[in-house]
Amino acid sequence: MPSYRDEAIVLRTQRLGEADRIVTLLTRGRGRVRAVAKGVRRTGSRFGARLEPFGHVDLQLHEGRSLDTVTQAESLQSYGAELSGDYPRWTSGTAMLEAAERLTPVEREPSVQQYLLLVGGLRTLVSRTHDPSLILDAFLLRSLAIAGWSPSFWDCGLCTAPGPHRAFSITGGGALCTDCRPPGCATTAPETLALLGALLSGDWVLADASDPRHRREASGLAAALVTWHLERGLRSLPLVERG
Amino acid sequence: MYDGVVADLIDELGRLPGIGPKSAQRIAFYLLQSDPADVRRLAEVLVTVKDKVRFCAICGHVTDEETCRICRDPRRDSTALCVVEESKDVIAVEKTGEYRGRYHVLGGAISPIDGIGPDDLRIRELLQRLTDGEVTEIIVATDPNLEGEATATYLARLLAPMGLTVTRLASGLPVGGDLEYADEVTLGRAFAGRRRLDA
Repeated sequence: MPSYRDEAIVLRTQRLGEADRIVTLLTRGRGRVRAVAKGVRRTGSRFGARLEPFGHVDLQLHEGRSLDTVTQAESLQSYGAELSGDYPRWTSGTAMLEAAERLTPVEREPSVQQYLLLVGGLRTLVSRTHDPSLILDAFLLRSLAIAGWSPSFWDCGLCTAPGPHRAFSITGGGALCTDCRPPGCATTAPETLALLGALLSGDWVLADASDPRHRREASGLAAALVTWHLERGLRSLPLVERG
Repeated sequence: MYDGVVADLIDELGRLPGIGPKSAQRIAFYLLQSDPADVRRLAEVLVTVKDKVRFCAICGHVTDEETCRICRDPRRDSTALCVVEESKDVIAVEKTGEYRGRYHVLGGAISPIDGIGPDDLRIRELLQRLTDGEVTEIIVATDPNLEGEATATYLARLLAPMGLTVTRLASGLPVGGDLEYADEVTLGRAFAGRRRLDA
């Protein structure tokens, strides 16, 4: 079985046996990979805290039939230590890790864009330049877009008629024009749709200036979009502490 | 393939943590070849432990009475409360012989990715214990991993406004380890928590 080297973000860890852990990684070159880190729970382990969630690591792995084995780990950046001291940012970051795991459903299928988005998202989260709730929502919308489920917040999601539109349908692909909106379709504040569009495109000036009421509505819609496309909600989303 | 009760025994043993199919088979045959009195004693202990053992009504530690030995002991320092994740952590701290206060077992750590939030832990019970004002120091001894750290952050934020001293167990280099093998996070913690050497 060959060895390989890759950069990765540690998404999740699970206990295995007496002192081992299974680490779920989002690697740059091979997508989502699950690997065994032997002896990592021992205090004298050479891996130490490098293989904790949020760890950005340079790894040497040995390919296995179902699970790979981590043979060497070097830390590139550890976002976890900084995030665990800030509860709202940590819960937002945990939801980002879970979203990244769920949106890469096939193991060993390269997903460089998801990887780069996650690295960028975690960097922004620790930089404290924006509200963690906004960073999480931006990450969720962009992850969905990379996965092929980009919602429309300006043009009509069905007929592409130019917006702005007030009707919003999760199942209809986002904003809907008066001709396409189904009966009973919810209406959304134009500012909320503008905020969602800003989060998707990276317009942080508009996003940072948004009203808390519109942020709450945008967070609800982003969570609903994720739940609809993944067919099952993220477990960590209800536990995210939003400002 | 095995039939009947032998297959059932292997299946049941295989459900235990860390026991794979081969180990389950090995244990099953060990039991079959053992003295019947030994096997009966093991079975009785398993049934008794499940029937009798419960969680302490005060701290949540495992006990076979209403309250645990530590909560009943009047010689323990009731002004200090050590908050741990699991019962086995109580045993680990007790083994040090350094701590004479009382404990509170949370029953885990906050782990959003597993759907475990603050409401799923015994945090409400902890706050109830603090209402009489006897406790002056809370020692947060959750695991030194991310979930343990985040749980400690959450508790500190919750408890500090109550005027309590909230402390966290020190973390850093393991005794008997090599500095060159220490990872950046651990070494960074060791530097942050360095202490003065008195000559």
